[in-house]
Amino acid sequence: MFASPRRLRELGVVGMNERNTRIIGAVNPRRLYPLVDNKLKTKLLLADKGVATPKLIGALYTQHELQDLEQFLAPHNGFAVKPAKGSGGKGILVIASQRKGLFIKTNGQELVVDDIRRHITNILSGLFSLGGAPDIAIVEDLVRPDPVYENLSVEGVPDIRIIVYRGLPIMAMMRLSTRASDGKANLHQGAVGVGLRISDGQPINAVQFNRPVYEHPDSGADLMSISLPGWQNLLELAARSADATGLGYIGADIVIDRDRGPLLLELNARPGLSIQIANRKGLAFRIREVNEIRPNFFRENAHERVKRAMSMFN
Amino acid sequence: MSSMWRDHIRASDTKLHNPMNKTARNRRFSLFAIVGLLLAIGIGQSIHRHVVYDVPWVPGTEKTVWSIEASVEFFGRGDPISVNLRRPSDQAGFAVLDESGASPGYGLSFVDHVGLPTAQWSIREARGRQTIYYRAEILERDAEDLDSEPPPRLQSRTWQEPYSTAVRTVLDQAYGLSADPFTLTRQLIKQFSATDRAQSEQLLLDDVGEQNLTNLLADMLQSRNIPATTVYGLVLQDGRRRQRLKPLLRVWSGDRSEIFPLGLSPIESQMPLLLWQPTRGFVLEVIGGTGSDLTFSMIRSESTNYGGVAAELGELNDFLGFSIYTLPIQEQVMFKTILLIPIGALVVCLLRILIGIRTSGTFMPVLIALAFIETSLLTGLIGFLLVVSVGLMIRTYLSHLNLLLVARISAVIITVIAIIALFSVFSYRIGLTEGLKITFFPMIILSWTVERMSILWEEEGWREVAIQGGGSLMTAVLAYLAMTSPWARHLTFNFLGLQFVLLALIMLVGSYSGYRLLELRRFKPIVDAAD
Repeated sequence: MFASPRRLRELGVVGMNERNTRIIGAVNPRRLYPLVDNKLKTKLLLADKGVATPKLIGALYTQHELQDLEQFLAPHNGFAVKPAKGSGGKGILVIASQRKGLFIKTNGQELVVDDIRRHITNILSGLFSLGGAPDIAIVEDLVRPDPVYENLSVEGVPDIRIIVYRGLPIMAMMRLSTRASDGKANLHQGAVGVGLRISDGQPINAVQFNRPVYEHPDSGADLMSISLPGWQNLLELAARSADATGLGYIGADIVIDRDRGPLLLELNARPGLSIQIANRKGLAFRIREVNEIRPNFFRENAHERVKRAMSMFN
Repeated sequence: MSSMWRDHIRASDTKLHNPMNKTARNRRFSLFAIVGLLLAIGIGQSIHRHVVYDVPWVPGTEKTVWSIEASVEFFGRGDPISVNLRRPSDQAGFAVLDESGASPGYGLSFVDHVGLPTAQWSIREARGRQTIYYRAEILERDAEDLDSEPPPRLQSRTWQEPYSTAVRTVLDQAYGLSADPFTLTRQLIKQFSATDRAQSEQLLLDDVGEQNLTNLLADMLQSRNIPATTVYGLVLQDGRRRQRLKPLLRVWSGDRSEIFPLGLSPIESQMPLLLWQPTRGFVLEVIGGTGSDLTFSMIRSESTNYGGVAAELGELNDFLGFSIYTLPIQEQVMFKTILLIPIGALVVCLLRILIGIRTSGTFMPVLIALAFIETSLLTGLIGFLLVVSVGLMIRTYLSHLNLLLVARISAVIITVIAIIALFSVFSYRIGLTEGLKITFFPMIILSWTVERMSILWEEEGWREVAIQGGGSLMTAVLAYLAMTSPWARHLTFNFLGLQFVLLALIMLVGSYSGYRLLELRRFKPIVDAAD
């Protein structure tokens, strides 16, 4: 039922209290949080640094801008509407295609332009933001997953979460939404987490609801045969996004687009600890190893740091 | 655009600085230094108070002293005013240690007015709302025989028909079933009780009104030459404000007398009762003012050296230059509750940081626990579950209307008020006065709870609602138990230094970086895989 705390410590598992006081508290200055808590700011910042993100169609700031929403959306076949300050996937509306004035969601449901207008009104009034603060709605180009990953995720795009500590990627997992998780990518809601080896991106182990799984529970796809081409690029993308924010401990969420390749979807200044369960490994030793690197090394560029990380963690 | 982000660039140094370096260790050292200092101050002050003022560590085993404050309010019209307030005197179970008055601008003397101990205030001219205070320190002592208060002179009263026949009928029946004045009184009370009431009793009661039953019984007894009168007593309950005197029936048989607490609820009759006005006569006279009102606040404290209590109260003024014991009792009563909040906060810290319980809203459970203190636990729990579940149902409907956030929460607030009102009326109708206490709930907090739970339900499903709702409720109950324990009440109020100790403990808990209890289960698969 319960693990012994000594054993957990031996395995280097990081708990919530340790994450908050020793890690986030030590390397994530509070004043940088707004950069990652506001998706629009993150996007502009990353664009500035040359990190690829889903293409921004536009940002809507006021109710008044919604009057000509129809013309605004017309040229874009598939798009996603997101609240800038939403968290945990709240308030994201994904339109897969448009047909004869109807907007078709990924699950096949048909919406009219007024439905979308109302959704954006809700975003602007702060329905999805923390504490109900007024928000901005972002409209992004739809991410089209590579057909290779089609069977891996139900009602959602599989994403890759990479933890970057002081510029080095130290742990990674792929998150696959399931019917149980209702298309969401959070492990505690029933998404499948597949731990990925930093050295080569190969799957280590997969869990759903804390229990090992080997196939996707809905599609039956074999989880242990996942392979990610261009793994090093993914890690570099994560490392460069971390550099752009200045945060020392960050979770970078990456999706792979059919046409554009890896895109940075979202950054998280307080990434969860479930990644340890998906990897069957604690974060503490890796953090310690990074801390033992001589300080000058952290001035190296992302490419060098990722190479170092790939040789360190396997 | 790039200038906008320039400021964060210097922060990319976080990459370069090793968090396990000296500054982190220094920070830890200064934390322990502060914690140590706080502990030293807190424990030192507490020991000082224990040694010098003889305040016991343990509640209840020592002498109990009640500080009672009577506040008289009235309106002055610019005329000379004199106020006579009856003072309590030594009696069975109680001794008066010290008396004082607070009344800016008034002359005050403690006199015997028409043979009764009285506090007398006077002023040449007073205009507007006036408040004057009388304060007494009363020591609880072992009950001795009720002082032989001589029976008051008989005052006969006559009734008109049909009441006089009714009085005769009732008395005749009771007389036949009794042996002496006391059993007669008991029989009368029984006959007037709601379940046994016959036609004659109902007729008399309708005439005078239920609240005057004491006077009616006294009059009836006197018509049979039994000395009886209405006296006034104060139910002593720690930390109460704006209490009123209760009318009681006192009946004499020869030199002996007995008191019949007619108007007290079963719970109240378990509590100590101080006779404020032990025989016939006035309680409060205000000459020259209008709209007078008399209310009482009281607070309980423990002391071994009761002879020194009065001195202690004076000396405390000097100690550290200020002390909450010098505040008016009404404010002290408030502090008694406020000083318990840190205990609740500590419970929340322990449960969240050491156990890992998730609650909806960080300190909402403490506020709920404070409400439980007022309502009693069971009523509180039922009330809370009722309000939140009905609130959730209505909120679910509201979400279909697509209202904006502020308006929606306002609507939920009104809904919560409506539920509370309905619940109060309903429980009063079916005779549960306990249900009225639901009004102590913090309504705005409840509304936010409903709103948050409802969003949680939509986004994460009912399981998360059950986890967080159950967690909040469990935390609230534990905080309630901690805050109502006699130990906590005694220690927090009598040893202010313990607030520093609590602060130190909370800081220590806040620096705990080990595993939470529930994480031991969460991360079990990692251990299983490794072994």
